[in-house]
Amino acid sequence: MGWAIALHGGAGDIPLSLPPERRLPREAGLRHCLDVGITALKAHKHPLDVVELVARELENHPHFNAGKGSVLTTAGTVEMEACIMDGKTKKCGAVSGLSTVVNAISLARLVMEKTPHIYLGFDGAEAFAREQGLETVDPSYFITPENIERLKQAQEADRVQIDYTQPVQKEVKNGAAVANGDSQIGTVGCVAVDVEGNLASATSTGGLVNKMVGRIGDTPIIGAGTYANHLCAVSATGRGEAIIRGTIARDVAAVIEFKGLSLVEAAAYVVDQVPPGNAGLVAVSSTGEVAMPFNTTGMFRACATEDGYSEIAIWDSPSK
Amino acid sequence: MGGWAIAVHGGAGVDPNLPKERQEEAKRLLAHCLDIGISALRSNLPAIDVVELVVRELETDPLFNSGRGSALTENGTVEMEASIMDGPKRRCGAVSGLTAVKNPVSLARLVMDKSPHSYLAFSGAEEFARKQGVELVDNEYFVTEDNVGMLKLAKEANSILFDYRIPTIGTCGAGAAMDSPLQMNGLPISFYAPETVGCVVVDKEGRCAAATSTGGLMNKMIGRIGDSPLIGAGTYACDLCGVSCTGEGEAIIRSTLAREVAAVMEYKGLNLHEAVDYVIKNRLDEGKAGLIAVSKNGEVACGFNTTGMFRGCATEDGFMEVGIW
Repeated sequence: MGWAIALHGGAGDIPLSLPPERRLPREAGLRHCLDVGITALKAHKHPLDVVELVARELENHPHFNAGKGSVLTTAGTVEMEACIMDGKTKKCGAVSGLSTVVNAISLARLVMEKTPHIYLGFDGAEAFAREQGLETVDPSYFITPENIERLKQAQEADRVQIDYTQPVQKEVKNGAAVANGDSQIGTVGCVAVDVEGNLASATSTGGLVNKMVGRIGDTPIIGAGTYANHLCAVSATGRGEAIIRGTIARDVAAVIEFKGLSLVEAAAYVVDQVPPGNAGLVAVSSTGEVAMPFNTTGMFRACATEDGYSEIAIWDSPSK
Repeated sequence: MGGWAIAVHGGAGVDPNLPKERQEEAKRLLAHCLDIGISALRSNLPAIDVVELVVRELETDPLFNSGRGSALTENGTVEMEASIMDGPKRRCGAVSGLTAVKNPVSLARLVMDKSPHSYLAFSGAEEFARKQGVELVDNEYFVTEDNVGMLKLAKEANSILFDYRIPTIGTCGAGAAMDSPLQMNGLPISFYAPETVGCVVVDKEGRCAAATSTGGLMNKMIGRIGDSPLIGAGTYACDLCGVSCTGEGEAIIRSTLAREVAAVMEYKGLNLHEAVDYVIKNRLDEGKAGLIAVSKNGEVACGFNTTGMFRGCATEDGFMEVGIW
């Protein structure tokens, strides 16, 4: 037993041929965020603080689909959502429909700590952010050229893209999977446990490329994209609609509790229940275990445990 | 075993001093909605259609806190939310922040059937409603005099108020709150009557469905989303069962209450009644809530740790019951 941390930058159809100029900044981002988290855990920060800190770093990184670098709605705007949960108390906070708040995860935390509610959305959430003096900027801050391009591709193909989906060729292959090329960014998330077994989870995202205005995904839905209790903390990524229907994050904990599976077995079991190509998650348990299963081509991820183990990966790792 | 079953609710957490006429009024409405559902089931309508039909009826009647008669936000406006879930493929639809849609549950159904998403909110949801041609009305349509009075009381008490349906006589106020030691969501029970509505159904083919609809908490912050539109919290349906919850939204979300009933059946092998008892007893901690549930085997169950829950249920073999306590 010891501390453990795991984080993700999104699961999806990340092609093995991902060019270095797209892969390296993301790997560097994962490495940087992992270091931030490890430093915080070593300094005995509470996991709630750790996951918020790491999620903020991931949000600020323009190559991941959260905060700056969020994917665009069908109207070319940004609507961000986030969620944070404390395992011990099961207190949680969630926000949706943000367009000016620099760090959505921090607003989610404020909803949890400073209101009698759990979830605020859209105008009400934005007003609350201002009341709380949280950093807000012009919406253009979040929009990157890559995402304008992604939206154009999606609209040409007239489809909604999951976090990591390659641009569609003229002919679409059968099934939901897409073709080759670029465009890989995803929901971000972080889970952590300290030496005392305190757990926390945080998830943040811009959602689906070309999503309808007002569309809410799995990220802010407790039990779907985010969950933590006394057994484990989970943050999921992938196709929101599938994660909601599968109550993924909650199920990992439920399977541990009711079926007596280990964290790794439970996480794998739950991801297997989701149609292939749709989901991934990171999870830690109260005893310091880590799991990072996914049924997509890849998932940007990183983890570390107190005994010195650490990993940064995108596709299947040999130890899986 | 087998056969259809249906349950409806109009909210958990009822003042034991609720005037008799109010109780009778509520029971009449619940019985009426049950009848509508039963007729639909007898005409072989699938579960998903029945739950929508019944919840529409509950939304349209101003008695309970959904659609017309919804609780008011801090600004005196109405922001409604709803969700619906179809057990067989676990398809779902949800909406939040509606101000002009006459029947939120039907918009949630359209999100499920006609959009690539599961959940739409606020202006995006209303834009979708417009495109789908659903019936839209002014926000005033949903606001009742009772609730305007309630909001004033809540602001005086300076706290979140669950919908309080007991008509107030001029002198009522914080003082009256001390009459009963019972509390919900930090408020004395006499100030509290949540009355979110919901319906769960299993049809003759064993298909389960669930739907929930609400105006939320009286005096809530603009943009506040509760448990009713959250799949797994206020609403859930799968192959095994259909569940709709009501009560303290925050407690229901934290405990993923609706999913919990199904999870306990799925992973622990409990039957419906055992699952409902287990979840109410062990999953709510300090929270107060209630739920109704049906199983694919034609069973129906309800559970609550509150003082009362407006509810009704019926099964194909002729059993029917409407109750509050």
